[in-house]
Amino acid sequence: MMNNAVEIDGLRVVRGGRTVIPGLSVRVPAGQVVGLLGPSGSGKSTLIRAVVGVQVVAAGSVRVLGEPAGSPTLRHRIGYVTQSPSVYDDLTVRANVRYFASILGAPRTSVDEAIAAVDLGSHADSPVGRLSGGQRSRASLACALVGDPELLVLDEPTVGLDPVLRRDLWDLFGRLAAQGRSLLVSSHVMDEAARCDRLLLLREGEVLADATLPDLLQRTGATDAEGAFLALIDRAEEAAR
Amino acid sequence: MNVHRTVVTAARVLAQLRADHRTIALMLVVPCVLIGLLAWIFQDTPVFDALGAPLLGVFPFVVMFIVTSVATLRERTSGTLERLLTTPMGKGDFMLGYALAFGVMAVLQALVATGFAVWVCGLDVAGPVWQLVVVAVLDALLGSALGLLASGFARTEFQAVQFMPAFVLPQFLLCGLLVARDRLPDVLHVVSDVLPLSYAVDAMKVVTTSASPGQDVTADATVIVGWVVASLVLGSLTLRRRTA
Repeated sequence: MMNNAVEIDGLRVVRGGRTVIPGLSVRVPAGQVVGLLGPSGSGKSTLIRAVVGVQVVAAGSVRVLGEPAGSPTLRHRIGYVTQSPSVYDDLTVRANVRYFASILGAPRTSVDEAIAAVDLGSHADSPVGRLSGGQRSRASLACALVGDPELLVLDEPTVGLDPVLRRDLWDLFGRLAAQGRSLLVSSHVMDEAARCDRLLLLREGEVLADATLPDLLQRTGATDAEGAFLALIDRAEEAAR
Repeated sequence: MNVHRTVVTAARVLAQLRADHRTIALMLVVPCVLIGLLAWIFQDTPVFDALGAPLLGVFPFVVMFIVTSVATLRERTSGTLERLLTTPMGKGDFMLGYALAFGVMAVLQALVATGFAVWVCGLDVAGPVWQLVVVAVLDALLGSALGLLASGFARTEFQAVQFMPAFVLPQFLLCGLLVARDRLPDVLHVVSDVLPLSYAVDAMKVVTTSASPGQDVTADATVIVGWVVASLVLGSLTLRRRTA
């Protein structure tokens, strides 16, 4: 059993001439839900793209499940959900999930299971394009779940969902982690921090904190994740002065 | 390369097309309308018999070029391509899947358009009609393959649509329909010897004018198939698993 699902050392990413991640080192422990939190533009999506191996990196090493990110052998083992739902709008939910199941070599029975896991059973035969934003992002999630990946990398999976669905999805993430899977979930909604086993606070491409929520609250004296985040920013800016 | 992933990708592309009745109708009807118009414009003259068959190759080529390049561009901009390339899907599987799906559409389109030209518009064909169909299918496939390749260089829908005049119209000017290729200025003649649409048009001309066109058509068809394969290979090289 690996201790870390993801190991990143000295990662530097330049996008469009701008350094998005100047030099980042971090560990994502296996078997946990790790929340990647930070304001928009903080480099969350870039970091996630580096982990799934679709980002050109300028320097540093990214190892995922013991192998270099982007290795062909990892393609069966990682589930990636992009920020905007990447599914086929003109196909039904079931046709989308079935297609990804075929590509990943997953059994047919897993299709309905994945659809049920994201609570889209009643919309399985609707074209994705006719669904609401939240339903579309859940359809996209089902396409990743269907391959039964060891590591799930989810970029803002709960955007636009109502509180009940958000709770249900976080419950699902917790169950997946309890089964031994690793999850890296980004969000800019700070109150979702409470649902994560561990938090990575990102700001301007740098890790501001890498801790559990209780640790973070204790260290900053704040009462919630948002307060802790602001306290850490204030401290960092004071130190810079 | 994986046959299963290629086939399920082709099936998925066809399922997407099936959901879009208007696109299917346009793909099948537009070549017929154009050929019908041509026959009508040139009624009671020998022009339709001379131009009908070459244009039977050109129209499906153009239609397939546009449809394919937009379809694959959509796949790039929607993020589904990036997602697919994080899965075991091979670049070649992806390209061949698309080629296979549009190949099926090409067969349908060629059957409908050729049938319409020969039996409704009365196109005179000296050689066997099935060869006309085969060449029309190859031309449509060529359009798809070039469309796949062109979409690799397009970042937006605006660019993709303009690749049609950029990739297709020069070939149309040089393919021997306006001026016979051996009467072109030397440099242009050499260029037209390289461009694939020239062979598509040559093959169509041979089938309609020669009673036993087999050998010449085979030679032209070989060049077209070569272009299809080369475009698919080049096209899959434009797919990048990692992007900036």
